[in-house]
Amino acid sequence: MLSIKNLHVSVGDKPILKGVNLEINAGEVHAIMGPNGAGKSTLSHVLSGKSGYTVTEGTVTYKGKDLLDMAPEIRAREGVFLAFQYPVEIPGVSNIYLLKAALNAMRTHQGLPEVDAFDFLTLVKGKVKLLEMDEKFLYRSVNEGFSGGEKKRNEILQAAILEPSMCILDETDSGLDIDALKVVAAGVNSLRAADRSFLMITHYQRLLDYIKPDIVHVLADGRIVKSGGPELALELEAKGYSWVEEQVA
Amino acid sequence: MSAEQVKSQYPAEYGKVEALLPGQSVSWLNVLRKQALASFSSQGFPSLREEEWRYTNVSAIEKKLFSPVVLAEIGAVDTDWLNTYRLENTCSVVLVDGHFSETLSDLDGLSESVRVLDMAGALEQYPEDLEQYFGQAVSHEEHSFVAFNAAWFTDGLFIHVPAKEILSKPVQVIHVVTQADYMSNTRHIIVIDDMAQAEVIETFIGCDESYLSAAVTEVFIGKNADLTLYKLQLEGEKAYHFGGTYVKQDADSRFKHHNFAFGGLLARNDIRTDLGLASECELNGLYLGIKRQHIDNHTRINHLKPHAISRELYKGVLDQRARGVFQGRVVVAEDAQKTSSEMNNRNLLLSNDAEADTKPQLEIYADDVKCAHGVTVGQLDEKSIFYLQSRCVDEETARNMLTFAFANEMVEKIKIKDLHDQILEQLLVRFPQEGIEQEWL
Repeated sequence: MLSIKNLHVSVGDKPILKGVNLEINAGEVHAIMGPNGAGKSTLSHVLSGKSGYTVTEGTVTYKGKDLLDMAPEIRAREGVFLAFQYPVEIPGVSNIYLLKAALNAMRTHQGLPEVDAFDFLTLVKGKVKLLEMDEKFLYRSVNEGFSGGEKKRNEILQAAILEPSMCILDETDSGLDIDALKVVAAGVNSLRAADRSFLMITHYQRLLDYIKPDIVHVLADGRIVKSGGPELALELEAKGYSWVEEQVA
Repeated sequence: MSAEQVKSQYPAEYGKVEALLPGQSVSWLNVLRKQALASFSSQGFPSLREEEWRYTNVSAIEKKLFSPVVLAEIGAVDTDWLNTYRLENTCSVVLVDGHFSETLSDLDGLSESVRVLDMAGALEQYPEDLEQYFGQAVSHEEHSFVAFNAAWFTDGLFIHVPAKEILSKPVQVIHVVTQADYMSNTRHIIVIDDMAQAEVIETFIGCDESYLSAAVTEVFIGKNADLTLYKLQLEGEKAYHFGGTYVKQDADSRFKHHNFAFGGLLARNDIRTDLGLASECELNGLYLGIKRQHIDNHTRINHLKPHAISRELYKGVLDQRARGVFQGRVVVAEDAQKTSSEMNNRNLLLSNDAEADTKPQLEIYADDVKCAHGVTVGQLDEKSIFYLQSRCVDEETARNMLTFAFANEMVEKIKIKDLHDQILEQLLVRFPQEGIEQEWL
């Protein structure tokens, strides 16, 4: 699904990622953990095409295509979805409109006809229930005045409607209380499928109690320094990131 | 042409129409017109040296020498075109080249006790009533445009809603200028007596040629009375526009002003309100400038008495080589304790050649008040653009969506559906970008 080879990324003159290698196969759930400043968010931003980052070396291949060569909206239409750590508020653009515009842009890109208004509403209302959201959120401006938990649910709602192949969840657990976390996690789990992969970026192990990863990686100082099964996350939680950093050093 | 010449040339033009101006038999008006003319003759139009005019150069109006229009010279109006601006479920008053048109106006359905009539007629029928109001909310010494207007006005509208009366439907005043080099100069008085309520819509339209449209409106809102005034400035793209709205609010009154400035080559708006005890005002504005448009909004809120509330939000979208000016001043008098005031001006610059000049001013002489002001001049938020792109929306569409959403906030405040839809339509027509869709809302 996604193949990252020797990825080096700088912001200005400052190298942030220093040779990341990662293979994610279809249906797999990977977690990337790491201390602050390790480059976790940079990785999610580079994969989704945010400007301000320079790839100095390496490749990212998505479904056999060069991902780095695509504009952000093309990556999204090809099925790469980023759930933001801090979803942006967009006053004046309604949530339901954005959902429909996004879905139709994606369908057009894939050569499919635009979705019928009635079918769309049925689809959206079903997903809203799944995420235990109030329907009125659909008619409000995108994320405007939403609580932290509502914003994160809204991100997962977008994913549920767009049905991406590659979901990147950037610190999805941040700012969530335990009840909201459970709902969001259930939403993510309902999206798990044999043809869909996940890359979860998180600072804390807590999220992984609710969304079980297949593989856990530790990112430190711009490189993946350790990979293992879910038990690695527990070990990190017990011993702290310094444990990994010491082992590498 | 120098400023000196202007002082002589416009008054010379005045001589040609003087005898045909309305209110000839009204002695107080004759005195006032003479004073105003003298005041204008000595000053000419405002210059950039004046603080209130430092961003707006009106010298082109001097150079053009627009002609006052007497009743016999008014142009023909394409009624189909006019009717596209006429709102449903309103009474309409149409002023063509500065003169009331009875055939184009429709005043049916108003209560007997409400007076809505043309200024020329009102000066004949109710000269004593008008004397109480004329020049009381704004003096011709305010600045020379007001003097110019007082000296030269050819007609206008008098609206009087008596105490406890609620105007059954909004009154729409449509100003039309039909021909090149014409000048429309109108004067309006709106009186809302105690506990009465009304909505008035001022619409400005005109031909594609260069002309001048000037209108001064004096507003008097009684105790616990309520007025919402909408201004839709859709002048032709070569037009010069001056509009002044001066309001006096009695205790517990409410005044809302929605100011949409989309048209004209050079447009200037002055809005001023004097707030009485525990009264409220809300000033909303949206200006959209494209090409070489220059749109200037000047507001002044005078908190004269305690416990009044003022809220102001002006937004500007400036593209291509357009320039927007906002000068907002809030003055809190020593006596105006417990004042609550918020003023905001937000500008979106869409091109490197567009310009916004903004100057909010707070002058506070009381010590127990809550006043805030904020100003922004900026471009679209890159984070928002990226967010929309990450949701499959291409960059250009994302930019258009954000621009439209920025402006639309002001349109959404309009609760008269027909008016709301018309403003939206005008906004969509005027955006230079392709592909902005109403569906985004």
